[in-house]
Amino acid sequence: MRLRWSWRGSDMDRRVLIGNIAISEAVKLARVDVISAYPITPQTIIVEKLAEMVDSGELNAKYIRVDSEHSALAAVYGASSGGSRVFTATSSHGLLYMYEMLWWVSNSRLPVVMAVVTRSIGPPWNIHTDHQDALTVRDSGWIIGFAENVEEAFDMTLQAYKISEDKRVLLPSIVALDGFILSHTAEPIDIPSQEDIDRWLPPREPLPFVMKPGEGFAVGNLGPDEVTMELRWYIWRAMERAKRVINEVDYEYKDITGRSYGGLTERYRVEDADYIVMGMGSWCGDIKEAIDMLRDEGYRVGLLRIRYIRPLPIQDIIKYGSRSKAVLVIDRAVSMGYGGVLAGEVASILRGRTPVKGVVAGLGGVDMRSEDFIDIIKRFIEEYELDLDINWLNTYWIMKDGGRG
Amino acid sequence: MSLAKLSESRLKGPLPGNPACPACPHNIGLKILGMVLGDKAVVVVPAGCTSIISGVWPTAGIDLPILHVPFASAGAVASGLKAAYQVHGEDAIVVVWSGDGGAADIGFATLSGAAIRNEDIIVIVSDNEAYMNTGVQASGTTPWKALTTTSPIKGKSEERKDIAMIMLMHKIPYVATASIGYPLDFRDKLLRASKISGFRFIHLHSPCPPGWRFEGGKTVEIAKLAVETGAWILWEYIDGNIEISRPSIKYSDKAYRKPVKEYLKHQGRYRNLSDDDIRYIEERIDENWRNIGIFMETLKSGRMT
Repeated sequence: MRLRWSWRGSDMDRRVLIGNIAISEAVKLARVDVISAYPITPQTIIVEKLAEMVDSGELNAKYIRVDSEHSALAAVYGASSGGSRVFTATSSHGLLYMYEMLWWVSNSRLPVVMAVVTRSIGPPWNIHTDHQDALTVRDSGWIIGFAENVEEAFDMTLQAYKISEDKRVLLPSIVALDGFILSHTAEPIDIPSQEDIDRWLPPREPLPFVMKPGEGFAVGNLGPDEVTMELRWYIWRAMERAKRVINEVDYEYKDITGRSYGGLTERYRVEDADYIVMGMGSWCGDIKEAIDMLRDEGYRVGLLRIRYIRPLPIQDIIKYGSRSKAVLVIDRAVSMGYGGVLAGEVASILRGRTPVKGVVAGLGGVDMRSEDFIDIIKRFIEEYELDLDINWLNTYWIMKDGGRG
Repeated sequence: MSLAKLSESRLKGPLPGNPACPACPHNIGLKILGMVLGDKAVVVVPAGCTSIISGVWPTAGIDLPILHVPFASAGAVASGLKAAYQVHGEDAIVVVWSGDGGAADIGFATLSGAAIRNEDIIVIVSDNEAYMNTGVQASGTTPWKALTTTSPIKGKSEERKDIAMIMLMHKIPYVATASIGYPLDFRDKLLRASKISGFRFIHLHSPCPPGWRFEGGKTVEIAKLAVETGAWILWEYIDGNIEISRPSIKYSDKAYRKPVKEYLKHQGRYRNLSDDDIRYIEERIDENWRNIGIFMETLKSGRMT
């Protein structure tokens, strides 16, 4: 079904797409030059669709069918070093297999964009979502965003090029979307026109460097130790600047699509909230539904949705966390021997300000519904009001029996 | 260009005083690479000795554009770089300059991937027959019985893999072996390769003084002995046929080959060899010659497609 409509004079094309196809449409609109990928469920459809676009001539780009994910990221690293706008996508084991190249890309400051369709890491083999894969690479210098729905995954992909290629940033971006829940679920999405995107996202500038023949010029060679540390410092500062750029880009994107998400975080019913829930990804839709129902029952609760875990929206976490009575963080990834990944970060920021409770749920794709979130949030509020110790050091695991009876 | 003139030329390539070991064969190979392709080449270097030879910033050891990349990535990085040049219309020759580990072992999957896609790149493997940069550990191309720090007493227990023949099986347009002992042969091969498009592979034999335990001044002499004893065969696959290259032609006839002991005795890595071992190595050399002969005939007769 297609429906054309206008946003302030812009042409929009309404289509019903699954997340993976929406990502490939965004990549096409970004006019990438080189795509390289290796298939892995549940990401595969993205790169199949892009292959079809390239083969049919719909997208004028080179498509490199490599032998592994390591090679996929290596190939786009090479293309990006040659000045091209590039794209790759992966999931789970594929992302782990790329791990070395991830650092090579970010430490070279190349604005590569990659979709990570989140999937559990084996064993046991499991193709369903949790956030362990994307969070495993959180220290690597990549910007990492988590989408809540198909349209946001599309928008985040387009915005990723604008953010990564910004002179103030020059860092690669991961757009994470939940496997199957977003990648294989069809939702309506309004696609902006190529003309509007071309105006908003001009071709990539030759930054930070472009390899060319004829000159003695080495990238990545040995240097004094102090230079390594200095380069890390530049990345640190670029990550800091990225916070502003992410907010700016998300704001200006509204001019062409009418859509904006609040930058680093989305604030949902937080203004008068006594209790704040924090989380990432697709289940935030269910958490919002839970919050609406709890609000109807009189609970003053809101959601601070972490859209980007890198750079981490520390200011928003302080602002909304410290004005609430207590914070509940619901994680879909765990650092074994420590706690929920996001909970650990939030707790370290809010230490001495607000008590934080950490809940780990939905690993391996265990389904979580709005009723589950209502239970979790109610229990959290009761514990606080009963003066029970809210301490993130006690990580709560939400276990389900998986139909074993 | 004469050899004397070649050695004096200050064309693009390794710079004087770079961090290579004394008498390093890579510098000889890089010099020829710079001489032949210096104006057009962009060089992708996976981890290895050349990562060091390239110099410590802010100095440079090689005045070529060099993209340093992780061990197991060179084939893919070069593919991507070439794709970018094709998109933007840049006239550049993308060259992978790799060691044996980066090509035959840890980097083999990505090399094989680039080859089977017939990527328009040149891959040169400067093979010093062990992981020299990490201190002489056995690699997939280390010969049988050679002593390394991971085969320190009995020597390597397996045969070496023939990476050039493996690459030939990828049905790519150009494969050659070369030796730093025969710079003009290597130069001619690079020149011919540069005029062909598609995946081109050159396996360059590079004797390593500290790794093979021989005196530094003998790098070229050892390389030549490898050819003169028939242990290293120079050949070229082009236009669908294999030809034995000029410096090796004579040694097709066993009568002209020097005893392999002449090649082995200079190298400390072979000090463990018994006479039986040397006889065995000699038999393997004969077998290699027989095999390449059979292979040449098969290609000529068109029995292989």
